[in-house]
Amino acid sequence: MSNMFPSPTPSQDETTRLPQVRAVGVNKIFGREPGAVTALKDIDLEIAAGEFVCLLGPSGCGKSTLLNAIAGFALPTSGTLEVCGKPITAPGPDRGMVFQEYALFPWMTVEQNVAFGLEIRGLSKVQIAEAVDRLLETLGLREFRRRYPKDLSGGMRQRVAIARVLALDPPIMLMDEPFGALDALTRRSLQDELLRLWQAVGKTIVFVTHSIEEAVYLGSRVVILTYRPGTIKRDIRIELPYPRDSNSAAFNEIKKELAQMVHAEHDRFALDERQGLTLD
Amino acid sequence: MGARLFRVLAVPVILILLWQGFSMLGYVRPAILPSPVAIIERLWLYLLPGQSFAESTGVLDWLQSSELLSDMFASLHRVVLGFVVGAGLALPLGLLMGTDRRVEGLLDPLVQFLRPIPPIAYIPLAILWFGLGDPPAIFLIAIGAFFPVLINTITGVRNVDSIYVRAATNLGAGRMTMFRRVILPAATPYILTGMRIGIGTAFIVVIVAEMIAVNSGLGYRILEAREYLWSDKVIAGMIAIGTLGLAIDVGVNRLNNHLLRWHRGIES
Ligand SMILES: Nc1ncnc2c1ncn2[C@@H]1O[C@H](COP(=O)(O)OP(=O)(O)OP(=O)(O)O)[C@@H](O)[C@H]1O
Ligand SMILES: [Mg+2]
Repeated sequence: MSNMFPSPTPSQDETTRLPQVRAVGVNKIFGREPGAVTALKDIDLEIAAGEFVCLLGPSGCGKSTLLNAIAGFALPTSGTLEVCGKPITAPGPDRGMVFQEYALFPWMTVEQNVAFGLEIRGLSKVQIAEAVDRLLETLGLREFRRRYPKDLSGGMRQRVAIARVLALDPPIMLMDEPFGALDALTRRSLQDELLRLWQAVGKTIVFVTHSIEEAVYLGSRVVILTYRPGTIKRDIRIELPYPRDSNSAAFNEIKKELAQMVHAEHDRFALDERQGLTLD
Repeated sequence: MGARLFRVLAVPVILILLWQGFSMLGYVRPAILPSPVAIIERLWLYLLPGQSFAESTGVLDWLQSSELLSDMFASLHRVVLGFVVGAGLALPLGLLMGTDRRVEGLLDPLVQFLRPIPPIAYIPLAILWFGLGDPPAIFLIAIGAFFPVLINTITGVRNVDSIYVRAATNLGAGRMTMFRRVILPAATPYILTGMRIGIGTAFIVVIVAEMIAVNSGLGYRILEAREYLWSDKVIAGMIAIGTLGLAIDVGVNRLNNHLLRWHRGIES
């Protein structure tokens, strides 16, 4: 074990407030014996307010399953899962989800997508218009506001998906490989924007990725999951100051260290290429 | 442009010229197959308003005095009425069956049993129940429109991607919002396909219904013309039916394209 990764000991102010997300002994089993899949096994995890936690692990290790459980879409088979001290029983507006497949409503324009949650919340027309304007401005979507999702690039779509969740100003944002399908340049610029938003508005973010580079670039903490059953292998605080320089020696040192842990896991199951992890 | 027009028109023009030639040489009896020129003349007479235009009665009356236009109007009127009744019942029922498994389980066997019965087979019953006139015609047309809309609506609701439902739930949508703003729009491509098929069926059924149950409309007119052995008018009526059918289809297609302007088409 390297001393480069101090185990996450709560600092003074963190001990005084409740963890925002708390999992104790969470299990998730799909299907019945025989042939049941243990997607999550004995997950213990505490996420404090304001943390940027990256869930890292090979494909199929249960990252989406864990995120969906926190979101309230698929409850765990057993164990306790709480948000702000209350058990999770259903999806809630306090946990905004950005999906792996964007999930924009294709029949709504960009601005209608962003306004959707606010309309449900029953805000006045003026308030909605103001909020939508501000968000579109922030995410560089102003010129595209009347377009339908089909006429947007992947990067634009993901921005709309983020804006749609940000509109409701949830204290917790759950993001499932949001930048997975983007090219490297778009991905980096969206990562930077996300970091700016996170630092500006102080949200708790749980971010799923299978890119080690992305986890080290974004996370204040990286949680490495194992494959079948999905358990927490390591829980690491990344102490590098933001903005991080992905070419710096320190960055690459951490990346290498993480890669070793992850690849040990990888080799353990001799996963095929498809399920492998990428270094970039 | 010129070349394209030529390609489109070449075959029909040649065929019509041949047809005209054979007719003029006397190879076919006019009562069996009248010449194209005779048909066009007849179509023109059929279209011509019966009364001269008078300020006092207005344009609409004048147009209505054209036998062709008033027939077209009568048929279209029945199609629209029957379609509104049939689709108007099928849409809510389809939405209900698509969302509620229990309702679906109760009604599906009946639907599957009734669906293969062609609307035409209801003619005797329709006349027994409603007598002659518009009611049986509307009833038959409504049946013709009902099933395509119903089946497609159920399929459409079934096929709504669960990711949209999840996203909407996450954004706080309740049952009504989910239904109105997510399920319904997500299912519209299917629903509109059903409506397009439904209106096509309605148009077939209206012609048949008019041949049997009523004394106006294009279907009635071509049967009437046959009794007088006016084969030119029969064909003129068929041309009118084809034109109206095409116009309806083009109109519905335009409307679909507008309503589905958000939809990722095949070309994009
Ligand atoms: N609804 C389900 N029914 C049965 N098995 C499931 C279901 N959902 C997920 N699984 C299984 O649970 C395991 C974890 O799936 P999950 O989607 O959480 O993986 P993941 O880490 O998000 O993978 P990826 O990186 O490919 O998105 C997989 O082995 C998958 O086959
Ligand atoms: Mg996943």
